[in-house]
Amino acid sequence: MKEIQIFHDALNDIPSLAAQIKAGKHQIIGHLCSYTPEEIIDAAGFHSMRLFSSKSDIFLAENHLQAYCCSPVRGVLEDSLSGRLDFLDGTVFPHTCDSIQRLSDIWRMKQKYTFFADIVLPVKLHTESAGAYMADVLKKFRKEIETASGRTVTDDDLGRSIRKFNLIRKNLSEIYQIQSEKPGILKGSDLYAVVKGSMIMEKDRVLSLLPVIKDNLKKKDALEPAGKRIILSGSICDSPDIYNAVENAGGSVVGDDLCTGQRWFDCLVDENRNPMDAIAGRLINRIVCPAKHTDPAARGEHIISLAEKNRADGVIFMLLKFCDPHAFDYPYLKECLEKNGIKTMLIEIDDQQSSSGQLSTRFETFIHMV
Amino acid sequence: MPETIERKTDKREKIKSAKKMRDIMTSYYIEAMSAEQNSKQVAWITSGGPVEPLVAMDIIPVYPENHGAMIGASKMGEDFCAKAENMGYSHDLCSYAKSDISCALVKGGPIGGLPKPDMLICCNNICGTVLKWYEIQARLYNVPLFIFDTPVCHTQYAPEIARYVQAQVKEYIIFLEKITKKRFDYDKMKRVGRLAIKAQRLWKKILNTTAQKPSPMSCFDAFFFLALIVTLRGTQTAVDFYEELLMEMEQRVKAGISAVPDEKYRLLWDNLPLWYQLKWMSNKFSDHKACLVADTYTTAWCSALKYSDENDFLGSLAQAYTMIYLNIGIDQMADQVLEMIKFYDIDGFIMHSNRSCKPYSFGQMDIMKIVQEKADIPVLMIEADMVDPRNFAQSQVETRIDAFMEIIKHKC
Repeated sequence: MKEIQIFHDALNDIPSLAAQIKAGKHQIIGHLCSYTPEEIIDAAGFHSMRLFSSKSDIFLAENHLQAYCCSPVRGVLEDSLSGRLDFLDGTVFPHTCDSIQRLSDIWRMKQKYTFFADIVLPVKLHTESAGAYMADVLKKFRKEIETASGRTVTDDDLGRSIRKFNLIRKNLSEIYQIQSEKPGILKGSDLYAVVKGSMIMEKDRVLSLLPVIKDNLKKKDALEPAGKRIILSGSICDSPDIYNAVENAGGSVVGDDLCTGQRWFDCLVDENRNPMDAIAGRLINRIVCPAKHTDPAARGEHIISLAEKNRADGVIFMLLKFCDPHAFDYPYLKECLEKNGIKTMLIEIDDQQSSSGQLSTRFETFIHMV
Repeated sequence: MPETIERKTDKREKIKSAKKMRDIMTSYYIEAMSAEQNSKQVAWITSGGPVEPLVAMDIIPVYPENHGAMIGASKMGEDFCAKAENMGYSHDLCSYAKSDISCALVKGGPIGGLPKPDMLICCNNICGTVLKWYEIQARLYNVPLFIFDTPVCHTQYAPEIARYVQAQVKEYIIFLEKITKKRFDYDKMKRVGRLAIKAQRLWKKILNTTAQKPSPMSCFDAFFFLALIVTLRGTQTAVDFYEELLMEMEQRVKAGISAVPDEKYRLLWDNLPLWYQLKWMSNKFSDHKACLVADTYTTAWCSALKYSDENDFLGSLAQAYTMIYLNIGIDQMADQVLEMIKFYDIDGFIMHSNRSCKPYSFGQMDIMKIVQEKADIPVLMIEADMVDPRNFAQSQVETRIDAFMEIIKHKC
């Protein structure tokens, strides 16, 4: 499908993509977290771009972050220090985890790009005062981005951006649904490219492509025989090899609990509310990331319901090396699933290392078992 | 008098208050262990958490992090961490958390495990790890969990942060009232608040005695005497003890009793100690006539004193607990380090890059550069872990310390 190829092409050449975006008179604001209020960035006329590590060797970041810091954080710092992110006009750091907290300090002190903002979101999301604080923080950010853009961000601007992002979310959710109904209809690596591309590419462009992909997929017949139904869980999965390895082993990804997957696009912003309240409302109500708190049982309940809804045969946990929030949740999530008769397996991933050969064997064993 | 000084600096004279502190800590743990028989409630609380409202409500605070330190000091860290890893927790996770999580299930350890909590109070001003750790314990013990959320002040204590944390002080009190089924005693809170601030001031004075030359104590002593300011803050016991300890330190200064015989070099320590290697490390520096006179870790329990108001303890609690050392930007942390270097007349800076503590360790390299530039002193970074000796290569570290001390000797 040529529309999917456009996503692949964009991901293969981020500098060209960035140049195109800038030629379209958009300044680029980078971020590292699915809690970034992208609608506000977009409403101010900036292009919001999720940053991923280029996975280049680490040299310069060695002078700032120890080897026991996770690879995406070190990788993105390396990209910044070596000039690979010079297309950025600014960066925003929502409070995420301990590592990104310190990355934000280092980044701020380097002063490499014109705009910088910390969006120190609440860590707990289930109380009234946390909601009020969330609203305050977003309001403050709106002012900061207004100053940076030199224009007022009106509620109408926000409304337009909310509708745009909601449409992306709806389309991606529907594509996931089709994939779950007809497993394998979209190759895993294509699914990966479409979601990652949606985080990176111009949103209008994304919106011109997603409905076409969706409609094409709707028309296609289910694959026979369907592979084993697999769900991926973890923080970020920035490796198409993993999807390929699952498929080659006889599985098919039918859903995920990833911050580069469903956690990014799940849950819509309420278009009938005051836009700022609605944006805050979505951040509070969406599926919680392990670095945030709603209820100690929230993630366990979610993964069970995700597995049941998608009739998963198995869940593969992809723990990013040194990602503490996910590593702390893993034993509990595994227990929740296994109590419900859903098999799990664990792999440790690292941006700097590719181990697809070894993974294939492990996936084969697992998929054979489920 | 000079003769006396000469004689007394010949060998290390032990700090007499140590025995008393051991006795106090033993009584404290006995009381905590027998809480249920005495119809008292137990709250587990993070080391940087606001304990004073618990003391005012007659709830016994128990510190899993202090427990982690005890496990480390008893050299049981490796065993408990390995047990947690068998439960599925990654090797790379915080060794305090891993030790406590596995100890809660298998018991044992230096004090036979902690008493069961009736509630959990988690303040995330020290890290995000405690959030996950306390969620795990909330599921295990099925008890209420209060998250005291203190947003990171990268550059400032912003007005919206102040409002949010202040609102949580009220929510915290309501939470305690609900669990204890008692009205909050605001009068007692005032007394407890005053005692807490008094103890912190004393703690600061005690730490500041090491600005004297020779230093009457080292940070290894501070790591030991820290236990009371953490666990019994807000009690008369802590105030009384620290008054005595301060007196002893002042006497030692007067008599010229030093922590390190013939102290020649004065060093600053950053991050948590290696609990399982305190003695070795202490002796190692002592052999070089170097005294680690201060550290950023034990200072954290008085670093936010400037925000505390003894006449409005609850009103100042929010800022005092939010603006602690680890909850600010690394440039501000570097400023505090530079102040310490000046105040204690430091010759060298040792940074423990602690695999267990990411918010403390990430940013250290930037702080190191700032210190090298602005204070022009040598800096040594040691990679290890506070509890788990598997992440500590002793002979390698020893060689590096020796080399570092050679540089200092040439420079001084």
